[in-house]
Amino acid sequence: MVVFLAKRLASLIAVLFIVSILIFSLLALSPGSIVSTLIGTRPATPELIAALEERYRVNDPYPVQYWHWLTNAFQGDLGHSVRTGEPVVSVIASRLPLTLQLGAYALILVVAVGIPLGMLAGMRRGRPVDRITSTVAIVAMSAPAFAVAILLIWVFGVWLEWLPVYGAGDGFFGRVYHLTLPAVSLAVAMAAVLHRQTRAATMHVMDQDYVTFARSRGVSRMRILIRYALRNTSLPIVTSAGVILIVALSGAVLVERVFALQGVGTLMIESVDYNDLPVVQGLAMLLALLIIIINQLVDLLALVIDPRTRMRGRS
Amino acid sequence: MTPEVPRSAIGRGFRRYIAKIPRGALVNTLCIAVIGAVVICAILGEVIAPYDPRAQDPLRGVSPPGDGHLLGTDVLGRDVLSLLIAGARSAVVGPVVVALGCGLIGGLLGLLGAYYGGTLDAAVNRLADLIYALPSIIVAIVVVGVMDGGYWSVAAVLTFLSLAYQIRIIRSVTMAQMSLPYVEAAKTSGLSDTRTILAHILPNIVPTVLATLLLDFVTAMIGYAALAFLGIGIPPGAPNWGAMIATGQTYIFINPWLSVAPAILLILTATCVTLLGDQLHEAAGRKAAIR
Repeated sequence: MVVFLAKRLASLIAVLFIVSILIFSLLALSPGSIVSTLIGTRPATPELIAALEERYRVNDPYPVQYWHWLTNAFQGDLGHSVRTGEPVVSVIASRLPLTLQLGAYALILVVAVGIPLGMLAGMRRGRPVDRITSTVAIVAMSAPAFAVAILLIWVFGVWLEWLPVYGAGDGFFGRVYHLTLPAVSLAVAMAAVLHRQTRAATMHVMDQDYVTFARSRGVSRMRILIRYALRNTSLPIVTSAGVILIVALSGAVLVERVFALQGVGTLMIESVDYNDLPVVQGLAMLLALLIIIINQLVDLLALVIDPRTRMRGRS
Repeated sequence: MTPEVPRSAIGRGFRRYIAKIPRGALVNTLCIAVIGAVVICAILGEVIAPYDPRAQDPLRGVSPPGDGHLLGTDVLGRDVLSLLIAGARSAVVGPVVVALGCGLIGGLLGLLGAYYGGTLDAAVNRLADLIYALPSIIVAIVVVGVMDGGYWSVAAVLTFLSLAYQIRIIRSVTMAQMSLPYVEAAKTSGLSDTRTILAHILPNIVPTVLATLLLDFVTAMIGYAALAFLGIGIPPGAPNWGAMIATGQTYIFINPWLSVAPAILLILTATCVTLLGDQLHEAAGRKAAIR
């Protein structure tokens, strides 16, 4: 187990290393010199130029530049925003809570809707419940979050005037009230993916001999559902979390923009628009870390849920 | 001559799979009708539009439906329906290019990886794993946004980011074919690798290739629309669904159709293509693609 974890950790560090090189190279991708990009629209005083040249070591070879950037990043110093001059880390930190709240809200909706409906559809294959939810899921899966968001704004904001269509609201209830439409737009595609995974997994479980046997022993439907189906379907569901996360991240960026929420996603778009590369790099690094960590957690969770995978993991 | 190879295994695979799709199904007809309409709009564009999509009427500005404008007008007084029809081209052309490029590159990599195995296969797999873990829309936003790229650089970036799915699917179906006797028969009768792949394996995986092309198209269309929504990759003011959704949002209380109509069109087109792709996948004897 220790060797297994050590190997995992080593490959993790290798991946992070490659990703960090790519993220650093974004600076080179932007048109114009590094220093002119980093100055942005600020007045190009000799002091500023000198400070940036010193900090980014523009006169040194590329690997040296990268190394300095990386060691600074490790100490939590990702440079200063071109736009506001604030440290990148504090810019991101100030935007993070709203995005996390939105994500948590959407996740609750996804789990509350996707899993029960998926299980229901899987247990009643071909019945109306299955057909209807599966059809809706296909539409929902094809629909980009920002298009769904516009439709929701139209129906619930313009027509019915039930829910607010922009801003984040104050206080707990204000926040929940304001984040409802964004969270639903974000949740739609994820719930559809989860529904599909759960349905397939449940169908597979219901075909197993142990379910037939349990039924013939007279085990109640509820008990089969929870003790047999839920536990055995949880593995494919957990392993699909990586895919769902990626859907969520891409969706969140656009949904925040639609609802004018000042979260991390809006920050990313603003920074790309403004060519505020230190912030873009910081966000990209955060994103890469998040994806890598979640994928590792998913793998570990799979080991916990299904003892059968433990043997394979050890080899 | 290709002696000793059972005829049924060659070339007829595609027609057989198509025949398995239940014909006359209402949903299929609807899907094909929607896709057909969008394609016709993409080809003919402004020719069939009721108004010139560029004709401005600044005095009119944003207006709700009526007065000869079925879906109203946008902020420059342009007819929304005409903009939608003209916008079909930029919504379809790029994604078609992405799907074809992705099918060619990803399909070839997956096919060759599965056929030759070994280091090549391992390398192809690694590439697919890497791309698979990327949040493609965000990567596209950052890369294209930072290098200030245009329509075709979006195509290049999206093609690269869609390779993973293509490689994985084609690789797995080719693997399944490799164990069938006809491949061995082709090899033992002395056919070259190229010939075995092109004349024997390829015809048998064509349905899957087509299905993945359709699903690649959907991903690319959504990617393009998302970027256009953010104003990336399209010239400002050009008729484009994604851009219309963005600009229309400001005026949603005056003329909701400005952003709702392109949103519905986008979802509808994506759904129809996905449905057809899924059916093709199922007809090709695979479980429906889980994306």
